[in-house]
Amino acid sequence: MYDLIVFLPLLGFLVAGLFGPLIGARNSELVTTIPLGICAFLAWVAFFMVGFGHEEHAQVLPVANWFVSGKLAVDWAFRIDTLTVVMLVVVTTVSFLVHVYSIGYMAEDPGRPRFFAYLSLFTFAMLMLVTADNLVQMFFGWEGVGLASYLLIGFWYEKPSANAAAIKAFIVNRIGDFGFALGIFLVFALTGSVTFDAVFGAAPGIAGKTIHVFGADFDAWTITCLLLFMGAMGKSAQFLLHTWLPDAMEGPTPVSALIHAATMVTAGVFMVARLSPLFDLAPVALSVVTIVGATTAFFAATVGLVQNDIKRVIAYSTCSQLGYMFVGLGVGGYSLGIFHLFTHAFFKALLFLGAGSVINAMHHEQDMRNMGGLRKDIPFTYWMMLIGTLALTGVGIPFTSIGFAGFVSKDAIIEAAYVSQRPGAVYAFLCVVVAAGFTSFYSWRLIFMTFFGERRSMADAHGHAHGAIHEDDAHAHDEPLPDDHGHGHDHTPHESPQVMLIPLAVLALGAVVAGFAFRHFFIGGGFEGFWKEALFLAPDNKILEQMETAPWLVSLLPTLMMAGGFVVAYYMYIVEPGAPRALAQQNPILYRFLLNKWYFDEIYDFLFVRPAFWLGRLFWKGGDGFLIDGLGPDGVSARVIDVTRNVVRLQTGYIYHYAFAMLLGGAAFITWFLVGGIR
Amino acid sequence: MIIGLTHYLTLAAILFTIGVAGIILNRKNIIIILMSVELILLSVNINLVAFSTNSGDLTGQIFALFVLTVAAAEAAIGLAILVTYYRNRGTIAVEDINALKG
Repeated sequence: MYDLIVFLPLLGFLVAGLFGPLIGARNSELVTTIPLGICAFLAWVAFFMVGFGHEEHAQVLPVANWFVSGKLAVDWAFRIDTLTVVMLVVVTTVSFLVHVYSIGYMAEDPGRPRFFAYLSLFTFAMLMLVTADNLVQMFFGWEGVGLASYLLIGFWYEKPSANAAAIKAFIVNRIGDFGFALGIFLVFALTGSVTFDAVFGAAPGIAGKTIHVFGADFDAWTITCLLLFMGAMGKSAQFLLHTWLPDAMEGPTPVSALIHAATMVTAGVFMVARLSPLFDLAPVALSVVTIVGATTAFFAATVGLVQNDIKRVIAYSTCSQLGYMFVGLGVGGYSLGIFHLFTHAFFKALLFLGAGSVINAMHHEQDMRNMGGLRKDIPFTYWMMLIGTLALTGVGIPFTSIGFAGFVSKDAIIEAAYVSQRPGAVYAFLCVVVAAGFTSFYSWRLIFMTFFGERRSMADAHGHAHGAIHEDDAHAHDEPLPDDHGHGHDHTPHESPQVMLIPLAVLALGAVVAGFAFRHFFIGGGFEGFWKEALFLAPDNKILEQMETAPWLVSLLPTLMMAGGFVVAYYMYIVEPGAPRALAQQNPILYRFLLNKWYFDEIYDFLFVRPAFWLGRLFWKGGDGFLIDGLGPDGVSARVIDVTRNVVRLQTGYIYHYAFAMLLGGAAFITWFLVGGIR
Repeated sequence: MIIGLTHYLTLAAILFTIGVAGIILNRKNIIIILMSVELILLSVNINLVAFSTNSGDLTGQIFALFVLTVAAAEAAIGLAILVTYYRNRGTIAVEDINALKG
């Protein structure tokens, strides 16, 4: 069964990828979507079998030997435990819905076979990642999803900005992967194995051991976990390595929903949870996880406040929510992070697909300043987006577990951050509480700007805009689909086809019920029976029990922040539409700072990109061009030309010159032999 | 005065030198080069016949006949080339024949 789940998408990829042009776009869609549907069904079966079964240990299903080199033996194998099946459910369900949705969304794109092949390739790689039984196979999936992400971000390869974004995503991920690879090397060096069971078995015995790096001694597991977390930071777009995620929105919207919201970016969270036995031995690393996660949650939320591109707002929101997950992991509640991952996948995919539906309705317009009043034109999308927003902002009844998905999982993380004793937890608590308010604000701002008020046409968009700062406009008018699609140029918004709306409805159902339906099993009393041995908890780790006893104010605080964010957004965008502009003009520095994403791209450009270019140019022009070419090929060829230019002069073309030379030669030979004969 | 081997060889050497000089120094007409080549061949023939008589071996004289044949053939071919060359280029001045110039 697990073979089917993992390899059916590969089959779809191979058929659609190799024979796509042969079998046509419609068959390519079918040949990838239908297997995904089977996968999703089987994944849910597996979810209930494993999650609610009685198998205590993780099942390991070997597939084949990969390679053996000395002590390093790596097998292809599936590790099936609750963590795996939770991820299987998330990945296959969202992937299936996105496949279905894409049939509608990409209907006008000539590259559909390629698109669906890439989607299936991504799904396969992601499934390899989550079912991996050893670090190397995990790395295989890790790189596979990176590749698919690169291909899909750059899907519209005619567009230079998409290519640039794809390359950026790939390179920033390489930085994280570098750390991940080093972490795997260290794990192997310390334990002599890369298989999870062997590593986790040997891990406690090595606790406290130090390794000597750069002239100082460090705790072995701390440094290993920090390196592994570096990989997670890259993949999950955490603070400092987050810059690729907003740019990744250059890809088609279904891709953003699948890869850059629901699944791939959560791979880092999954990895930390999977390696929880290691991270638990490295409290310092967990503090770092907490602090980085909290910083990301806060930072991304602040940037999300002022973005104007509808997809970028959601992208920063994703970044921020990933920060929440890491805070959950960092304070020791691994299941909190995974639970938020689980619920987030539903409502964030819903928001992205809803945004895709809006973009589709607006004829590929992404700038929210040009939207407005869409509530009446696309009511279904409006309601779906509203449900997504309610789930994201965490609407629910305080002191109970009844509420939308985000309410249950996010508030649990905030409470856990409050009760945790880990260094950095106080900082994390402050960050995530403030970020909760910001989340509410930017989410409602998105809803109000898009669906309420008057529709703003392209012409007067700049009049309504916040001040005169339009650095971002280059990103606003993209999605370069050919504009000659069938429904004319009347530019009235139109509701999307059924094939796009049904996935929205399914995800909306998940966004509503995923929270309170699964709370008991993921983070509540059913914790032990559900997770079994999949997540490691130290005996003294009582974070989940302590979380329940958080003071009432702390439990209420997220709801208060959420309500506050809503009220402010309502005031600024419905009651007093001039307020945002006035506010931006009063605080121009802050506004610019946020609009330019804390100037991260500029700083990186100055710190890394330009020096890299400078160095590259030095080696290119100076090293290769001047030294190697100058002395090597070019130098030699220049000398040859010099010599031949002189030799050519001998070739006068006059017969008597040749004859004379022949005579001289003959005379010289004869003289030579005569003289030789005399001697 | 008895005409001996030395005289023949001297005559041959003079003819040979004139022939070579004709090839090298001649700047005007390519027919003169052909004539010079004939001179060189004749000088060789004189040598061959002189040595043949001197040593009483007929081989040299037969060889001289062969050389004459070859020389005749060579003159015919050379003149034919010359004619076609003249048709193509309109000149047979040695100075103008430099198509091999590098």
